[in-house]
Amino acid sequence: MLLEVRDLHVEFHTRDGVAKAVNGVDYSVDAGQTLAVLGESGSGKSVTAQAVMGILDIPPGKITGGEILFQGRDLLGLKEEERRKVRGAEMAMIFQDALSSLNPVLTVGDQLGEMFIVHRGMSKKDARAKAVELMDRVRIPAAAARVGDYPHQFSGGMRQRIMIAMALALEPALIIADEPTTALDVTVQAQVMDLLADLQREYNMGLILITHDLGVVADVADKIAVMYAGRIVESAPVHDIYKAPAHPYTRGLLDSIPRLDQKGQELYAIKGLPPNLMHIPPGCAFNPRCPMAQDVCRTDEPPLYEVDEDRGSACHFWRECLDG
Amino acid sequence: MPEQPYEQEGAIAGTGMGGAMDLATSEATTLEKTPGGPEGTGPAGKPRSLWSDAWRDLRRNPVFIIAGVVILFLVFISLWPSSITWMSPLTCDLAKAQQGSQPGHPFGFDGQGCDVYTRTVYGTRTSVTVGVCATLGVAILGSVLGGLAGYFGGAWDSFLSRITDIFFAIPVVLGGLVLLSVVTSNTVWPVVGFIVLLGWPQIARIGRGSVITAKHNDYVHAARSLGASNSRILLRHIAPNAVAPVIVVATIALGTYIALEATLSFLGVGLKPPNVSWGIDISAASPYIRNAPHMLLWPAGALALTVLAFIMLGDAVRDALDPKLR
Repeated sequence: MLLEVRDLHVEFHTRDGVAKAVNGVDYSVDAGQTLAVLGESGSGKSVTAQAVMGILDIPPGKITGGEILFQGRDLLGLKEEERRKVRGAEMAMIFQDALSSLNPVLTVGDQLGEMFIVHRGMSKKDARAKAVELMDRVRIPAAAARVGDYPHQFSGGMRQRIMIAMALALEPALIIADEPTTALDVTVQAQVMDLLADLQREYNMGLILITHDLGVVADVADKIAVMYAGRIVESAPVHDIYKAPAHPYTRGLLDSIPRLDQKGQELYAIKGLPPNLMHIPPGCAFNPRCPMAQDVCRTDEPPLYEVDEDRGSACHFWRECLDG
Repeated sequence: MPEQPYEQEGAIAGTGMGGAMDLATSEATTLEKTPGGPEGTGPAGKPRSLWSDAWRDLRRNPVFIIAGVVILFLVFISLWPSSITWMSPLTCDLAKAQQGSQPGHPFGFDGQGCDVYTRTVYGTRTSVTVGVCATLGVAILGSVLGGLAGYFGGAWDSFLSRITDIFFAIPVVLGGLVLLSVVTSNTVWPVVGFIVLLGWPQIARIGRGSVITAKHNDYVHAARSLGASNSRILLRHIAPNAVAPVIVVATIALGTYIALEATLSFLGVGLKPPNVSWGIDISAASPYIRNAPHMLLWPAGALALTVLAFIMLGDAVRDALDPKLR
C-alpha cells in the first residue's frame, strides 16, 4: 500500500474552543489508484490532506492521534527536516486556485525550476530547461517562449496546468489534488481532469482527489471515501456507490445532482447545515439532517459497518439504505 | 509574437480573471494601448510584475519626477558640495556678521559672519547622511525583526510586540534629550543610532503585519507542500511580496528623520559646532529672526524642501505600489 491513513484525529484549538476537524479517518491509496474524497466544506477532507502533506498550521492545528503510513514509514514520526524532503519529491499537492497558489512576483519558469534547485541541487540553467520540458509535458503551447512569463499572464486553465507541472516535477509517488478544477470553467475542467488522469497513468502515481463535485469523480476515481464531520461515513468502489449508496448522506449528495431527466422538478437538497465542529451532535453526527434517523442514531455513534469486502458504511441502517 | 500561444480558453479567462492584480494589469494594458497601434505589439508582451508596473506608473507621475530631481540634486551636492560653492563653511569673518545678501554671497552672512549659502550647501550632507543611514538601519533592523516575528509567531512574536509597545511609549524629543545629552562623540553616528533605536519598532510592526498577510497566501502553502524550507519561503516567496509597505513607510520616514536630526541639533543635543547642520544654523539664527531673518530662512527653507521631497517621493511610491489605486 502506498499510503495508509489510520485513525487520524486532528483538532484546532481556537479562542472559542476546540474544533474537532478530523475524528478517526482511515483511508488508503495504492500506486496507480485514484481515491476520491467527497464531502461538504468543513467535513475535514482538506484538513486530512494537509495532515498527510505535513502542512497543517500547528498551532492552532494539532494531530491528536493516528498514523500516516507512506510507503511503510510513519510520517508523523519523522522530523520536520525529513518530512520536508518527502514533500515535493515523493508526494505533492495541487491546490484549488492556481492564481493564488503561484507566487505573483516570480516567473513560472522560476517557480517550476525551484523544484529542481531545492530538491536536486541543479544549476539555474538546467532547472530552466527542465521547466520548459515540464510545461511541454502539461501541454502548454510554446512553452519555451512563455517560460519567462508571470502567472497573471496565463489563463486559468493554463495556470492550473502549471500547478500540475510543479507537482509532477520530481515524479512523486503520490499526488493530492485539492479541488483542482473548482476554480475553472466547465470546458476547461474536463481538459485539466483528463490531463491529470493521463499523467497519473503514465507515472503510475497514487492520486487523492478531494472534491465536492460528484460529476468529476465518476470518470476518474477507483474508489470513493465520503466524509462528514471529520469521519468517513462511507467508503466503496466508485461503481457501487453510484448504483446504491449505503449511507443516507451519500444518497443525499447523489440526489442533489441536477439531472436532465428530472427537468421541471424541484432539485433535492439535504436539509439543515453541516454541524458545528465544536459541538458535534452525540450519536451519529448526521442524525439531525437524516431522513432515516431513529432514536439509536441520537445516542450511539455507528462504527464503520462492513457492507461488502471493500465497502463500509457508518450507518446503523445501511441495509435499509442500500435497499432504497 | 509572444501573444499567439494563448489557446482558446485564454480568450475566456483573459476577460474575467479575478483578483486585484489582474484588474490592475488589464487596466494598465488599456492605458498602454496607443490609438492605431495593433494589439499585442505593445509592452503587454513583456514580462510584467508589480515592480515593473509600479516603475511604469512612477515614470509618468510628475510628483515623482519633481521629487526625484530634487533628491538627486540633494544627493549630488551632499557628495560634492565644493562643486557649487567656493568657500569653506568654517571660514567666517565676524566683521560681516548678520549682513544681508551682497555680490558673491547671495544668502548673506550669519551671526558669526559665515556665508549662509555655503553653510546651507554643506548642511545638506549632514541631513542626507542622517536621513539615508537612519532609514537603512531602521528598515533593515525593523523588517528583519518584524518579519521573523510575523513568520514564526508564538512567544518571540509576543515578546517583540511588547518591546515595540515600550518603544512607542517613549516621546522622541524627550528620549533624544535624555539619551543624546550624555553622548560626547560629536559626529552624526549617535544621532543615527538614536533614530534607529526609536524608529525600528514602526517598521517592525509594518513588516510583521505584511509578512503575516503574505504567509497565509496559497502560494506559500503551495511552496511548503512542494518542500521549500523556511528560509527559502521567507526570502523568495514572502519577502518580495511583503516588502512594498516597508519601502513606502521607510521613504516617508526618511523625510521625518531629517527633520528629527534638525530638531535635535536645534535643541543642542544632536550635532554641535563645528559640524555643519541646518538644525544648528536654525538654532543659532532664531534669536535674530526680527533683524536678520535671512539667517534663518535659508537653512529652514532647505530643510523644508528636503523633507517635502522625500515625503512626496514616499507618497508617489505608495500610490504606484498599490494596485487598487490605479
